[in-house]
Amino acid sequence: MFHRESGYFNTTYKADMALYPLPIAKFAIAAILVLFFVVAPYFLDEYYLSIINLVAIAIVGALGLNILVGYTGQISIGHAAFMSVGAYTAANLATKLDLPFWLTLPAGGAMAAFIGILVGIPSLRIKGLYLAIATLAAQFIIEWVINHTPTISGGVAASIEMPPPEFLGKELVNQAELYYFLMVIMVIALVGAMNLIRSRIGRSFIAIRDQEIAAEIIGINVFKTKLIAFAVSSFYAGVCGVMYTYYLGIANYENFQLITSIDYLAMVIIGGLGSILGSILGAIFITMLPIVIRLLMETFGSIFVDDAALAQVIAQFRLIIFGGLIIVFLVVEPDGLAKLWQNIRNYFRFWPFSY
Amino acid sequence: MTDTAGSGGSVKLKLDGVAKNFGGVRAVSGVSAEVKEGEIFSIIGPNGAGKTTILNMTSGFYHPDEGSINFEGTDISQTLPSKIASLGISRTFQNIALFRGLTVLENLMLGRHVLMKTGVLAAFAYWGPAQREEVEHRERVEEIIDFLKLTDLRKTPAGALAYGLQKRVELGRALASEPRLLLLDEPMAGMNQEEKEDMVRYVLDVNQEWGTTIALIEHDMGVVMDISDHVMVMDMGERISFGTPDEVRGDPRVIEAYLGTTDHKEVA
Ligand SMILES: Nc1ncnc2c1ncn2[C@@H]1O[C@H](COP(=O)(O)OP(=O)(O)OP(=O)(O)O)[C@@H](O)[C@H]1O
Ligand SMILES: [Mg+2]
Repeated sequence: MFHRESGYFNTTYKADMALYPLPIAKFAIAAILVLFFVVAPYFLDEYYLSIINLVAIAIVGALGLNILVGYTGQISIGHAAFMSVGAYTAANLATKLDLPFWLTLPAGGAMAAFIGILVGIPSLRIKGLYLAIATLAAQFIIEWVINHTPTISGGVAASIEMPPPEFLGKELVNQAELYYFLMVIMVIALVGAMNLIRSRIGRSFIAIRDQEIAAEIIGINVFKTKLIAFAVSSFYAGVCGVMYTYYLGIANYENFQLITSIDYLAMVIIGGLGSILGSILGAIFITMLPIVIRLLMETFGSIFVDDAALAQVIAQFRLIIFGGLIIVFLVVEPDGLAKLWQNIRNYFRFWPFSY
Repeated sequence: MTDTAGSGGSVKLKLDGVAKNFGGVRAVSGVSAEVKEGEIFSIIGPNGAGKTTILNMTSGFYHPDEGSINFEGTDISQTLPSKIASLGISRTFQNIALFRGLTVLENLMLGRHVLMKTGVLAAFAYWGPAQREEVEHRERVEEIIDFLKLTDLRKTPAGALAYGLQKRVELGRALASEPRLLLLDEPMAGMNQEEKEDMVRYVLDVNQEWGTTIALIEHDMGVVMDISDHVMVMDMGERISFGTPDEVRGDPRVIEAYLGTTDHKEVA
């Protein structure tokens, strides 16, 4: 996000390897934290906070998918299924065993990671399109199993009501209360992902993506490392599923179907593959897009169609825009929004001297 | 150099009747050889002789169909490449295989992968053991960067470098794992005279100052005869000659393999 600048030299390797080596970046981060943790909750009403909550949840899921697809180069169309594993694991633990969020969150992540490892096993032998199909199959199998196993899905309409998370004896029921809860989890997931990527494990992910043969020769156990990537990615998906379940107050597989997997692929492609910032921008963009479309449609669309038809139109419109954007980004800017942001920043850094 | 250097050392790598077929092609057939501790061992031979296949089997990329490969007393014939790397063998490729999108620094840090331990949880938390390990290994990598005169390029993506520099970075990545046996597949191929001389210097320095045993493939006879302690000559998958550079130079079979006739005097 805020990177190195000439004229500023790090005197130790530790400083050189810091996430944000520039002093100005530290101020910017502090400002963003103050904005979101102090200013925003004070000025925004429930509706806007609920949108930020949705974005925070999406960021966690997008980070997870980007670790697998963007950093390790392994395609997955089953991300939403791993979310559902996390969601139902947490919902069952919370309702049947009364477990608190600080146990349901890691447990949901761990169960999703376990299933993710199983799904990742074929990645040793199959690549690209074939791996995509295998993960697609996993999406449908997991969906089917959850839907047809009452002990997992709770029976009625395959959904389980989730008790609100409790913090220091207080139940977090409304969006404003959930806001801090979800934001803190998101920040932990974000910092963790940045740490992972800049250390030994993250480098081995990228090595496999860039040059699998060379990776193996320099001593990276490719199979084990791919499974680690699947595990970490699914863990993030699982945690994202648990967050969403607390957010909605219900675990329901309908929220974790193929279309959601595609939404998340769109986030990382449009945001930027192999980029933390890209995951964030993609999550913001894809989460906000239907909201903005609805707003525009409700304002101008009612001139042409009635309200019932409008809901249909919005849903279709969203798909068309998604599809179009994915194609545009794949062709024109494969590095996504993150690259566009970088270009803009570079432009202004040298402004008004553009050469 | 003379034939005394390294000739008294213990055996580092031992090939025993190694053979490899690709479909109908017998790429390597019944090759035996010993690489001694601390020496520079060169493999030469015409195109398609099976030289790269020997290195590929030594680094675990392929496994021999017959015979055995022994490194420091351990049979590695059927060992995984990643395991072989952790045993202390590293290599460069005939066609450069760098991580092109990563910087020189990151490529070299990846070279130290086998020496590092940080797992997922420690990496996630970073501050503490993971950071300590990163700094520690960064210091060693910087020494290699200095040694190879790559200081100004450490933050440049490897793919953006000129060919000769990429070869040097690949040597750096191989050195980063502090190997006890270094395999170099045509490290000077495609270089101009000046780059070649630099590369020869680095290879000799690594061998003499760090004591690293080196097995290399090279087509430039002048270089091979200059720097090798022993030379193995291959043709059509077979070992046709072996000895000190002087011994090999005068071997009629070598002259025949290179020139298709025994009428000529010398190879080099
Ligand atoms: N993976 C493979 N599949 C099929 N044939 C192969 C394979 N690798 C090598 N060969 C064949 O084995 C023979 C020896 O190849 P190798 O690459 O070892 O030769 P080389 O001595 O390194 O040649 P050069 O000097 O051209 O690099 C050649 O005939 C080559 O075509
Ligand atoms: Mg070769």
